[in-house]
Amino acid sequence: MSDFPRWKYALVVIVLLFGIVYALPNVFPPQPAVQISGNRGAAVDTALKSRVEGLLASAKVPASSIELDEKGTRLLARFGNVDAQAKASDVLRADLGDNYTVALNLATTVPSWLRAIHANSMPLGLDLQGGVHFLMEVDQNAVIDAQETRYADDIRALLRDKNVSYDAVNRNARGKGVSVVLRSDADRQQAATLIGTDYPDLVVSDGPSTGNRFVLNATVKPDKLRELAQSTISQNVTTLRQRVNALGVSEPLIQQQGPNQIIVELAGVQDTAEAKKIIGATATLEYRAGLYTPQQAVDAARSGSVPPDAKLYYGRDGRPYLLSKKVIAKGDELTSAISGRDQQNGTPNVSVTLNSAGARKMQEFTNDNVGKPMAVLYITRTVETKMVDGKEVKTPKITEEVINYANISSPFGKQFSTNGLPSDAEASELALLLRGGSLAAPVDIVGESVIGPSLGADNIDKGFKAVMLGLGLVLVAAAIYYKLFGLVADVALFFNLVLLVAVMSMIGVTLTMPGIAGIVLTLGMAIDANVLICERIREELRNGSSPLAAIRTGYDKAWATILDANVTHLLAALGLMTMGSGPIKGFGVTLFIGILTSMFTSVTVTHAITALIHGGRKLKTLSV
Amino acid sequence: MEIFNHNSNFNFLGLRKFSIGLAVLLMIGSIALIMTRGFNYGQDFLGGVAVQVEYKTPVDPSEVRGALEKAHLENPLVQAVGGTREFTIRLQPKGDVAAAGNMTNDEAATKVSNDIMAALKASRPDVAMKSKSFVGPQVGEELRSDGIVAVIFVIVGIMGYLWIRFEKRFAIAALATEIHDVLVTLGIFAITQREFDLTVLASVLAVVGYSINDKVVVFDRVRELFRSSRNATPEEVLNRSINSTLSRTIITSLFTGITMAALYFIGGPVVHGFSITMLIGILVGTLSSIFVASPILLWLGVSKQDLMPKSKEDPELARRP
Repeated sequence: MSDFPRWKYALVVIVLLFGIVYALPNVFPPQPAVQISGNRGAAVDTALKSRVEGLLASAKVPASSIELDEKGTRLLARFGNVDAQAKASDVLRADLGDNYTVALNLATTVPSWLRAIHANSMPLGLDLQGGVHFLMEVDQNAVIDAQETRYADDIRALLRDKNVSYDAVNRNARGKGVSVVLRSDADRQQAATLIGTDYPDLVVSDGPSTGNRFVLNATVKPDKLRELAQSTISQNVTTLRQRVNALGVSEPLIQQQGPNQIIVELAGVQDTAEAKKIIGATATLEYRAGLYTPQQAVDAARSGSVPPDAKLYYGRDGRPYLLSKKVIAKGDELTSAISGRDQQNGTPNVSVTLNSAGARKMQEFTNDNVGKPMAVLYITRTVETKMVDGKEVKTPKITEEVINYANISSPFGKQFSTNGLPSDAEASELALLLRGGSLAAPVDIVGESVIGPSLGADNIDKGFKAVMLGLGLVLVAAAIYYKLFGLVADVALFFNLVLLVAVMSMIGVTLTMPGIAGIVLTLGMAIDANVLICERIREELRNGSSPLAAIRTGYDKAWATILDANVTHLLAALGLMTMGSGPIKGFGVTLFIGILTSMFTSVTVTHAITALIHGGRKLKTLSV
Repeated sequence: MEIFNHNSNFNFLGLRKFSIGLAVLLMIGSIALIMTRGFNYGQDFLGGVAVQVEYKTPVDPSEVRGALEKAHLENPLVQAVGGTREFTIRLQPKGDVAAAGNMTNDEAATKVSNDIMAALKASRPDVAMKSKSFVGPQVGEELRSDGIVAVIFVIVGIMGYLWIRFEKRFAIAALATEIHDVLVTLGIFAITQREFDLTVLASVLAVVGYSINDKVVVFDRVRELFRSSRNATPEEVLNRSINSTLSRTIITSLFTGITMAALYFIGGPVVHGFSITMLIGILVGTLSSIFVASPILLWLGVSKQDLMPKSKEDPELARRP
């Protein structure tokens, strides 16, 4: 039929097939599973698999299947229900110990041919699968305090080095920088030039001068402060991500929200105290001299006899090191750590800057120890709170790891770099750890919620039923009111649901309860376009048009209205999407996608079906 | 099947003094209610601790409240969700006398939720916690300002679009009706003191989207009829537009209403606020599309000249119906 070109039929068929395929994965419900991965090079192999099988059998929680992935990095044990999963993870965690990370997981049951074409089911939000949610806020005042104190120390050292006599170097009120009191105008000018050249991030300005008090103010540039604030956040996000891995959550969500907030969502976790303990940990680092040879360290680790002047530590890969008991410099003396490339030989490296106090100690140490090794020790401190006899007892738990071990090639002080790192990724990880151990900006938990697993399952059930009932009622109502055209609209509405789910799955939109509400609302409103079309066709018929002409003009005239109505509606959905994250965003995204898919299904798909039914026939009446 | 007489020619504009008067009264009433009674803000906006609990057997809300007050938890807000076994209990951290002191927000919150559970368990051991949450007071503040920004963004965007596609009088009429719809919906929240939380705010924005959709359909017909009719007065054109879109306006509202009712009755407590707001908004929006938007257009002096295609400037527009 000339009204509806062939390519449009092809388009409709292709889009619908695509929709069905990509919506299909959501039919396969994920299965509760426990994921086991090795730490410090612990082997994940068939031996571990049989060990796990044995453990589960003796605990009477046999897994429905245990599989080893191709790369041999993790083991996945699937269970029939959530209770078995929880019990199994407790058993495994207790028995496998620190060498393995045991994480709760929802294993996909989507067939591999679907996964091969990247068709996956929608990830479920916390409200649908249970878990804990934290909203954390970084204390930006503490960041400013730390910076200004650091600059005050550095300026003091600088003036002393250059023999500029001063009365005082003190911090002003927070955010107002550092004030330097000098004795003459000439001194002031000299100090201004010195500070200006050494610290380009400071703005230097003359303050009031009375008698022999000449004040100079140095404030941190606003750009620099913003940059610092942002880097503190990204730093915290990264540190949190590393710590959460230790919690055993397979797919944690950790992301920045707004200028100074971080969201942490841990699916499957129910114990907020345990989670808080991990994410509330503080890290510091220490530079120490490396003693003895690597072989001696291995021997010491094996025999347990450590030389009296040294202490035994382990690296992240489990390798033993013997380090001096004396600390050269500490994390709070480190001002920056940036990963990059060595200018001479192009290998990945990390450049470190220390403050003046740290620089002096480093200079002293390296002058005497060229050619000898130096190590960086990373220390994480967590506080465990236990109730003993009705009283809260807080016990700190400290973990220490060697994150870098390298030889000193020449004496250095304030600035130095660690060269010859194996990869860019390792360089940036080292830089991250160094920064993480240097600035400890306090992070406050400003919001938290726990959603029980039964509530999640309950929500899925109710949401699914609401979608089905809403859809069913509209399908029946449309078929009764618009007869054949109503049935055509019904087919389109059903495909709208399929297409909406397909697009959401493809983009990877997390499905939440407000998202489900958005789906139901979209279904209710998608029928509007068909109502507009059907009413128009009825009108045209009443005005004496022939059936085919009525269909043509009906669609033509309704299209202009549908477009205007939907664009304004899209604007409203866009407004919802801009509102931060959380429930409103999920709803807005669903609505936005739903309006777009409904424009296609309600207009193009129904037109194709209508043309197919009525095309090439002589019609006296229309069933509308 | 047809419910509405397609030849209906009801004189809606004839009622304009009455309908606009009523709309203005409703708006003033809503503003007065919002100012005097305010909203029953939910935890999202106020902060505090919320615990959702489930009993094995039905229990009276006053019994739950009594158990909490006996344990010196002040001003607990106990709300039944979905029957007589599930309740949401909300409390400000300072409402727990024992938790007051120099604790950080989240420590206090943990203490409050533990105290709540202990108090409930003391009176009825068959109670279990289904979920708990804590929101810091400053978070709510940010959300509220975010919400206002979103509303302004939506209104400016929609006005701009209508201004370009139609004419400025349509944009102004749509804006005025939108404000009416939002105010009246909010007014109903103020009078019923239903909990006002984030999902309700989201649905208020969705009401804006829904109701603008309705108005645009009528406006589209107004534009079409102005262009095609020769000597009709603006009043006649507006009346005919409302009448000929009447059946669509009501049918769409019914269809959308059906789905929202389904959500309300079986979607569970999480989406109660959302679906009830949408139902109210659909009703208000439908009525204002019929009775309020067009009279405003008439008063703004909409005329045929304003809507004739500006063929020289925009040939694309001339081709449109």
